[in-house]
Amino acid sequence: MSDIPAIELKGISKAFGPVQANRDISIRVMPGTIHGIIGENGAGKSTLMSILYGFYKADAGEIHVNGTRRDITDSQAAIAAGIGMVFQHFKLVQNFTVLENIILGAEDGPLLRPSLARARGVLKSLAEEYELSVDPDELVENLSVGHQQRVEILKALYRQADILILDEPTGVLTPAEADHLFRILDNLRREGKTILLITHKLREIMEITDTVSVMRRGQMTATVRTADTSPEELAELMVGRKVLLRVDKAPATPGRVLLEVENLRHVDAHGVERLKGVSLQLRAGEILGLAGVAGNGQSELLEVLGGYAAAKGAVRLNGQALPLAGPGSDAGARRAAGLGHVPEDRQTEGLIMPYTAWENTVFGYHRDPRYQRGLLMDNAAIRAEAADKMARYDVRPPDPDLAARNFSGGNQQKIVLAREIERDPEVLLIGQPTRGVDIGAIEFIHKEIVRLRDRGKAILLVSVELDEIFALSDRIAVIFDGQIMGERDPARTNQTELGLLMAGMTEMPDGPLVEAVDAQMAAKAAREAEHHG
Amino acid sequence: MEFVTLLQVLDSTVRLAMPLLLACLAGLFSERAGIFDIGLEGKMLAAAFLSAAVAAVTGSVWLGLLAGIGASLLLSAIHGLASITFRGNQLISGVAINFLASGLTVLLAQDWFAEGGRTPSLMGAGRFESLTLPFAETLSTVPVLGPIYYELISGHSILVYVGFLMVPLTWWVLFRTRFGLRLRAVGEAPEAVDTAGVSVVGMRFAAVAICGVLCGLAGAYLATGLQAGFVREMTAGRGYIALAALIFAKWRPWHALWACLLFGLLQAVALRYQNLEIAGIPLPVQLMDALPYILTVVILAGFVGKAIPPRAGGQPYVKER
Repeated sequence: MSDIPAIELKGISKAFGPVQANRDISIRVMPGTIHGIIGENGAGKSTLMSILYGFYKADAGEIHVNGTRRDITDSQAAIAAGIGMVFQHFKLVQNFTVLENIILGAEDGPLLRPSLARARGVLKSLAEEYELSVDPDELVENLSVGHQQRVEILKALYRQADILILDEPTGVLTPAEADHLFRILDNLRREGKTILLITHKLREIMEITDTVSVMRRGQMTATVRTADTSPEELAELMVGRKVLLRVDKAPATPGRVLLEVENLRHVDAHGVERLKGVSLQLRAGEILGLAGVAGNGQSELLEVLGGYAAAKGAVRLNGQALPLAGPGSDAGARRAAGLGHVPEDRQTEGLIMPYTAWENTVFGYHRDPRYQRGLLMDNAAIRAEAADKMARYDVRPPDPDLAARNFSGGNQQKIVLAREIERDPEVLLIGQPTRGVDIGAIEFIHKEIVRLRDRGKAILLVSVELDEIFALSDRIAVIFDGQIMGERDPARTNQTELGLLMAGMTEMPDGPLVEAVDAQMAAKAAREAEHHG
Repeated sequence: MEFVTLLQVLDSTVRLAMPLLLACLAGLFSERAGIFDIGLEGKMLAAAFLSAAVAAVTGSVWLGLLAGIGASLLLSAIHGLASITFRGNQLISGVAINFLASGLTVLLAQDWFAEGGRTPSLMGAGRFESLTLPFAETLSTVPVLGPIYYELISGHSILVYVGFLMVPLTWWVLFRTRFGLRLRAVGEAPEAVDTAGVSVVGMRFAAVAICGVLCGLAGAYLATGLQAGFVREMTAGRGYIALAALIFAKWRPWHALWACLLFGLLQAVALRYQNLEIAGIPLPVQLMDALPYILTVVILAGFVGKAIPPRAGGQPYVKER
């Protein structure tokens, strides 16, 4: 192996207005290796990679590719330098075929036919070489997310990229698909390709990378060999202090059933049935984790239970049936009945971003008599209460007059949690409690959830992060395509078993696992595309 | 109905459908690239005026045609500048262009020609003459096929034939060329085009320019082919009907042809049967005139089914942060 780095960044800085996203960053990545870049949300990982791909222009610094200085002003220049990027949100044309997406921007001439023919051949050999098979004539919108990602990788390889950047590639994949992706990456590394893997998942870094760089607040805090480090050390480097990666909790002592969901059905605006008869029971003093890949009905379940989507079936809280449509089925009525809700998307559903923190701490409960003073609201009382809540939930900065959008993701989430938990709900629905939340805040949020459980409340935890489900749940249910595939005891199951259930399979398939999962995902994508087409 | 009457109605359908078809294809290029264009009407109107004005002054319809295309291109450039470069609202920009064209054409016409907001009637080389196709006269006596060839196929101005040729050409460009692939992509997922190293702005301006040329043809045909001169508001909502046809056609070139012929037929029928009686009661002329527009609404509301516009349509492209 030569000692000229495939990629060398020297002193890269980039500011967006007053925000310094990248500050004097330097890294060296050797050819034929997988280099991980880890850091919390907003640490500047994606910005750095976008600069490398020419999507943004750095304010200062140099980029060297294979020992030569390159001026990467746009994506065209990055492609010419042999750099390919797989974005977190795919850049694919949904109603084009795989082949058309591959050649877009890399056509051989003014007419399509010869380009398509050549691409077909190249695709075939790439598929064999790297286990990257996709149907070249299928429309992208009919592909599963995992296959769409393969198209993105193929796009980069078709442009003869030697350096591949992947931004949070596993966020949308089932565990089996993620395993397959890692096999592909391994194959690519063996062929001498250089890979930059951006992620916030420590496990992935430990599993696949050769070296890892840690970013914190726009700066590169360390670069180490993966073999010489541990998840604990990386977490500490990311956050800047020691963090507990494991949640401390006593075994649950489940009491009576508080929430009963029976045969819940919901059809969305496109006419797709998103919930196909979901039944669940939630007991006092337990956390039920609902695992599943995003887009399998868990969001809709929260919307229905939270009171902003109509459904058929039955939901009983404390034995009382809740109306599922019409009057009395709104979010306010649910909250009044004792059903707290921390929505999945805190920025659109959990908070009103331009409003202040103290206003946000009472939404949904603002008609409560204790906030009223005659016809008006008792703003002074609300503000005082908000300041108290923010202090107890360690919201930083502890300023009730600051607009919600000015807080970081973790602190926004703490505001929502404070509002919902402080009302002492019987049942709390929590969607993606730590999405986009930094590790330090994750620790705090997890502790609060366990504390609520220990007070005898029932918690429905919806998360696409399997690690989080394992860490918190007393019982795990798996949802796939609007149906509950089964329930498991977290102590007696593992990632593989849950991964199968998340792909809609109740037992190990006879043939290769990857193919079985692929088939399931493709079938699901096709069913959904049918309704949209 | 007599065979000859039928042919005459169809012949008039072709003439009336042509400005719709050209404008519809213009909109197709623009909207496929993600730029909604409600300003087709204004561009046609401007082109109709300037082509008639230049043809009247110079006596050359070809110079008139060039001027018409120029006028339409200028308005396209304004629309492109507003909605692509400055990322403004495409509807508002389009509406502004319609107002601008509506006022400016009459104002200039009055100022230049002082004939009450119209141009002088075009004669001779100032108009597109009907082309008589080879053997049309001789073959007209052949039963059935002869009259069809003579009445329907032959005897249109050259722009009509150009318009029909534009349909396969548009299809070929969109679906068989690199340019077309990129153009469609930029209307569906501009970020995919951008990350592939192709200029989104460049593609969209190209599409808007093509739209300008085709609207120019449509307007020029209106004033120098279909009629002999410009009169105020002579487009009479054709730009909007073209948009309706575009939706009806689901943004596809061949479908656009059939949609425009259908709308052309409605207009031809309304023109032909001005004094229709139903059960002895004469229908008011105004109702017949309004019929194509009423049917436009009915067709759009009832028969379009699910039309999926280009996904990035109407949205200025901004790199995400």
